Amino acid sequence: MKTIHKLMSGVAIACVTFAIYSCKPAGPDKALTGDAASKAYVAPGKYDEFYNIVSGGFNGQIGIYGLPSGRLFKIIPVFSTFPENGYGYSEESKPMLNTSNGFVPWDDLHHISLSTTNGEHDGRWAFANGNNTPRVARIDLKTFKTVEILELPNSGGNHSSPYITENTEYVVASTRFSIPIGDNTDVPISSYKENFKGTVSFIKVDTSGHMKIAFQLVTPGVNFDLARAGKGPSHGWFFFSCYNTEQAYTLLEVNASQKDKDFIMAVNWKKAEEYIQAGKGKTTKARYAHNIHHEETHSATSTILQEVLQLDPAELKDIIYFIPCPKSPHGCDVDPSGEYIVGSGKLAALIPVFSFNKIQQAITNKEFEGEFAGLPVIKYESALYGEVTKPGLGPLHTEFDGNGNAYTSFFVSSEIVKWNIKDLKVLDRVPTYYSIGHLCVPGGPTRKPHGKYVIAYNKITKDRYLPTGPELTQSAQLYDISGEKMKLILDFPTTGEPHYAEAIPAEMLMPKSRKIYRLEDNQHPYVAKGEGQTKVERKGNEVHVYMTAIRSHLTPDNIEGIKQGDDVYFHVTNLEQDWDVPHGFAIKGANNAEILIMPGETQTLKWKADRTGVFPYYCTDFCSALHQEMQGYARVSAPGNNVPIKYSTGKTEDPTSGAGQ
Amino acid sequence: MKKLFLIMLIGATFGACGPDKPKQTSENEDADSYENIHGSEGGNAVAANADDGKGIGQVTEVTLNTPLEQERIGRGKAIYEMKCQACHRLDNQRVVGPGWKEVTKRRKPEWIMNMVTNVDVMLDKDAEAQKLLELCLTRMPNQNVSIGDARDVLEFMRQNDGEK
Repeated sequence: MKTIHKLMSGVAIACVTFAIYSCKPAGPDKALTGDAASKAYVAPGKYDEFYNIVSGGFNGQIGIYGLPSGRLFKIIPVFSTFPENGYGYSEESKPMLNTSNGFVPWDDLHHISLSTTNGEHDGRWAFANGNNTPRVARIDLKTFKTVEILELPNSGGNHSSPYITENTEYVVASTRFSIPIGDNTDVPISSYKENFKGTVSFIKVDTSGHMKIAFQLVTPGVNFDLARAGKGPSHGWFFFSCYNTEQAYTLLEVNASQKDKDFIMAVNWKKAEEYIQAGKGKTTKARYAHNIHHEETHSATSTILQEVLQLDPAELKDIIYFIPCPKSPHGCDVDPSGEYIVGSGKLAALIPVFSFNKIQQAITNKEFEGEFAGLPVIKYESALYGEVTKPGLGPLHTEFDGNGNAYTSFFVSSEIVKWNIKDLKVLDRVPTYYSIGHLCVPGGPTRKPHGKYVIAYNKITKDRYLPTGPELTQSAQLYDISGEKMKLILDFPTTGEPHYAEAIPAEMLMPKSRKIYRLEDNQHPYVAKGEGQTKVERKGNEVHVYMTAIRSHLTPDNIEGIKQGDDVYFHVTNLEQDWDVPHGFAIKGANNAEILIMPGETQTLKWKADRTGVFPYYCTDFCSALHQEMQGYARVSAPGNNVPIKYSTGKTEDPTSGAGQ
Repeated sequence: MKKLFLIMLIGATFGACGPDKPKQTSENEDADSYENIHGSEGGNAVAANADDGKGIGQVTEVTLNTPLEQERIGRGKAIYEMKCQACHRLDNQRVVGPGWKEVTKRRKPEWIMNMVTNVDVMLDKDAEAQKLLELCLTRMPNQNVSIGDARDVLEFMRQNDGEK
C-alpha cells in the first residue's frame, strides 16, 4: 500500500510538473490563472469565435488567426511575393506589385483597417498599408485575396495609414518621412524646414471597393505617426499624431525629442471636400501605379496615373488645427462615442484625453496659443478633457471595449493598463511578455466594440518559446477581459512581426466565404473550359499551352515542338468545382515559383526553355490517391531540329515513329 | 492522494469547454456561398432508399420524353465538355471514370442525376456508387452541377446511347 501511495504521489508530482511545463515553459507566470487553458481551448472540429486579421510587418503579408485558439489559418500575401501560391510570380498577379519604381516585391505592412458602415464592422474588406514604397492595399474578405493596390505619390514612408472614416468613405495615407515634393526635389537635406512637406492623402473608396486619391493635403514638414477618424458626433474630422515638430533631419532620436509637446493634428475633412468642390484644389503632376485584380479574368492590371489633386497649406487655415500633445505622440485613438481622443506620447508619463466638444468650442472662440508653420495651435487646456496620471511608462496605443473602458499598451513598462474613460482612473494592469507594441480588442476601433478579449502583440519574445537560434517567433498574448480583471489565457506565436491587428466575429465572414470560382464565369483569355479546349499554340518565340487539371491528370501531358529559347506560358485551368481541391503546377528549372490554381480558376506560369531535353512537370498539391501520377513531359528541341508542335494526353504511340526527329 | 484528486479535477476542467460553432446566417447570394455547398450534403440527403435503384438525393422522379428534347442535348453537351469529359469518354472505355456508353441502360435516370448532383453522399452510402469507387479508386468530384444542368446532361447521355 505504501508503495502504491508513493507511486501515486510520484505520478501526481509528475502531473503537476507536466501541467506547469506544458502551459508555460519559462518566464514569469504570476499572470496565469487555473482555468486559462479551458478559456482558450477550441475542441477539435469546433470553430473559433473570431477571425484575427493581423499585419505581418516586415513580411509584407497578413496572417489570419482564430481566437481564442490563436491557430494560424492562412497567410495572405499583400506587398510581398509568395512562391507558395505564385503571388507575384504568376503572370496574372505580377501587375499587383507594379509601382512607379517598377516591380517591387516586398514591403513593410503595419496596419489593418476593416471596412465599416455607420462605424461598425461590415465584413467587406480589409485595408493595409505598405510603408516603404508607399502603398495601400485592399483585401476582399470573401476570397481572402489582395484585390487592389494603390501607390501614393509625394509620400515618404506611408505609416499613418490606412485608417478609415466611419462609412469607409475614405482611407487615409499620410507620410512618416516628410520629403521635398513638386518640381524641384533635388535640394539640400539641411533645407528641411523650407522644402520638405508632409502629405495626407484622402483615398475615396467607392461601393465596389475601388480606391482613388480624391485629394492630398500638403502640410508642414513633420512626421505623421498614426491616425483615427472621428465617429458619431466627430464624423467629418480626422486626427493624426505628429512628432518631430522640431523639424529635425538628423539624429531624430535626440533632435526630435526636444519639445515637451508635439501635436495631434485635427483635420476637418468635410471642409476640405467643400474646398475641393469649390475648385480650390490644384492638379499637380505625379506618377503612381493603380493595380486591380479582376475576379472574372483571375488577372490583375496595372495603370500608371499621372496627376493628383492637392490642397495647398495656404488654403488649410480652417481645415487643420494643431493640438499640443506630450511627448512624441504615437497612438491617437478615438473612443466608441466619438467624443474622446486619446493621445499616447511614447515618451510621456501620462495620457491626455481630448474632448471633441471642447476642441470645437476652442476653435469657435479662437483659443489659440499661437501658430505652427502658419496654422493655428489650440491651447492644450482648451482641448483637454483630462489626463490619466501615472498610468505606466511609454504609452503607445489604446483600444476600447464598449463598456466605457480603455486599454492602453505600455512598451517601456511592458503592460496593458485598463482605465475608465469618464473618470480617468486606472482600474487594472497586467504584465505582457515582453514589451508590447500594438494591442487589439475585437471591434476596438469601431462604434460598437465586440469586446471579450484583448490581444497583445509583443515586440520582444526572449524566453517565451523553445529557442530557434538568434531569430525568434513573435509573441502574441490573449487576455480575457470579460471580467473586471484582465486574465492572461494564451500565448501564441505569429509570423513576420505583427503591428496592428483587428478581430471580427466569425459569423460575419464565414457564411460568405467563397469556395470555388464557377467555370461558367471564368473569362480568362487563356481559359480551357474542358479538355476539348486544351491546345498548344506558337506565336513567334512564345508557346502558349492551354492546359487543364482535374483529379488526377494534366491535359496535355505530352508536349513536343518547343524550341530552345522559347518562352513557354502554361495557362492552367483547374476544372474542379468542389471546395478545397486546388491543383498546383511546377516544371523543372522554372526560375520563378509554382502556381496554385483554385477550383475553376486559370493561372499562368512562364517558363524559359533555355536548354534542350525533356522536362517533367507535375501537380504540387496533393489531390487524390493518384496525385503522384499527375504529371507530364515537355520536350525542348534545338532550334534547327524541325519538330512540329504536338500535344496529347492518354495517347500511346509506336515507339519508333518520330525517331530521329 | 488529495493532491492527485485535485489534479484530476483540473484535468477535467481543461478539456471541458470551448466556444460552439458560430451561428451561420444563411445568405444565399452566391451559388458557392458557404451555406450552399456546406448545407448540400444534409439538404439533399432524402431518406436512403438504394433498393429502388434510384440512388440517394433530391431527385426522386424523372420524366423522360420522346422524342428527345433537343435544347437540353445542346446544353448537356456543353456541360459535359466543360465538367465531365476530362474523366468520362462517350464510348464504353474507362479512363478515370467509366465510359458513358449504355449508362442510361444500366442506371435509372434518377440514379444518374443523384450521382451527378449529390456525389459525396452517394459515394458514402449508395452501394452501386461504392462499387464504382472500388473499381476506379478516384472519388468522383463534386462538379457543382445544378439539378437542371444534370437533367440536360442526362438528355445528352440518352442521345449518346442512340435514343431519338
